[in-house]
Amino acid sequence: MTVFNLAIELAYWQQTVIRSVLGLVAVLLPAGTLVYLYLFKMMSFMQSRLGPMEAGPYGSLQLLAEVGKFLQKEDLFPRDADRVVFKAAPFVVLASTFLLVLVLPAGPDAWFINIDTGVFLALAVSSISVIGILMAGWGSASKYSLIGGLRAAGQLVAYELPLVLAVMGVVIQAGTLNVQEIVLAQANGEIFGWGGIGNPFIITQFLGFMIFLVAIQAELTQPPFDMPVAESEIVTGYLTEYTGMRFLLFFIGEFATAGIFSALAATFFLGGWYIPGLDPTDNLFNLIGPLVLVGKMLLVSFLIFWFRFTYPRFREDQLQQLAWKVLVPLSLVNIVATGVLKVIF
Amino acid sequence: MGLSIRVPGLIKGLGVTFKTLIRTLTKGSHTVQYPRVKEAPTLRARGVIALHEENCTACMLCARECPDWCIYIEGHKYKAPPRRPGGKPRQKNALDRFDIDFALCMYCGICVEVCPFEALFWSPEFEFSEPKLADLLHDKDQLSKWMETVPDFEEYETGSEAKQLEVPR
Repeated sequence: MTVFNLAIELAYWQQTVIRSVLGLVAVLLPAGTLVYLYLFKMMSFMQSRLGPMEAGPYGSLQLLAEVGKFLQKEDLFPRDADRVVFKAAPFVVLASTFLLVLVLPAGPDAWFINIDTGVFLALAVSSISVIGILMAGWGSASKYSLIGGLRAAGQLVAYELPLVLAVMGVVIQAGTLNVQEIVLAQANGEIFGWGGIGNPFIITQFLGFMIFLVAIQAELTQPPFDMPVAESEIVTGYLTEYTGMRFLLFFIGEFATAGIFSALAATFFLGGWYIPGLDPTDNLFNLIGPLVLVGKMLLVSFLIFWFRFTYPRFREDQLQQLAWKVLVPLSLVNIVATGVLKVIF
Repeated sequence: MGLSIRVPGLIKGLGVTFKTLIRTLTKGSHTVQYPRVKEAPTLRARGVIALHEENCTACMLCARECPDWCIYIEGHKYKAPPRRPGGKPRQKNALDRFDIDFALCMYCGICVEVCPFEALFWSPEFEFSEPKLADLLHDKDQLSKWMETVPDFEEYETGSEAKQLEVPR
């Protein structure tokens, strides 16, 4: 990885340290930002209340209080739990989150890995979390956890399909599976010969963007797609038996993945780290690219959390109907239309 | 799926939450930061029960009707001097003890309603929490102090003066 185009040769261990630190930052920063900004504050404002106000100015230290509370709790195990599986489950979920960060480019030279099958890798590692959730559901030896885990598996598998198919439209239009090149294709693109703002794919792939948004909402099990943790039916689903640190890991995983999926959506549809009017090869983008990406990520996650706070939960069969009867056909139509138009123009 | 029916509703819902977000940011929230900002409770709020001691005859109706038996009454009878010279001394009830255990009370208000002599009143005062549970047992003096916080009755409608009952306070 080249973090910046500096004239410094870094040893392998130095690069590894920088990578690890940046990876941690890329996972924890979006999670913390999303929880404070949207879950604590925006949700409260949408319900005409103020949210946390006591810990620090405007409750900004509330996150530390919450984490401290989770760390103090006892690490409980159900008597019949499969201990190894039970312990490993949150780490599997978190591993999927960390692997997802890899493919995100944050500037022309600021990336973790730059491979030709970046989109494929991103969509593949995002499915690892299903295994972690199934492990949690099965290992807890609790009926609620089992039902929650199975619901989660069914839901994630169902919505994986529209997710992949929606990205396919972008891939066809950009003509590459490389995430970095998708960003460049948007930066260098033209709208009917006018290249003023490049060609962010949200314009041509608006249907794909909407399908992608709905699909990541379901992938993240955010309301209105939170059947796996439906508290009024199955306590908290696969999270029922988890306490303290392990619950916190699941929680971080959920919101970090929300941030990273938003960043992926921003990369695929909103032009990633690029802002119009500048040369995409400019070294400046290595510096402001991450900030631009975070800004666009916040924009997309605003939409996700806005939907979350507005809509009530679906019923389990309605959820599956929406995926198989609406989203999959729509995204197939989108692919066909994109392919035909790609050939014509 | 009837998407054509549902989509406008979905968008309308988004509008509601967004409008609330903007209103909270610009005009402030409906909630207040309680210990620092205090809202006056409504005039007829059921905060605490006050006792008008002179009216109480220790008839025990409230204690008997109380669903969780949180009212403790002790009294004794005494002979009051006759109203007219030559008359018989009148028998009266004196109140020795009147306690309400607010740790048990569930604020149903049956005692207030059942009292035939208008001795019990609702007061909107609600801040009487105590560090010790036992201190929530309010005695006769404390209950009489709450009487100062009982709001006056609302004005009767004009023309209904004839029906007005003289309610002693």
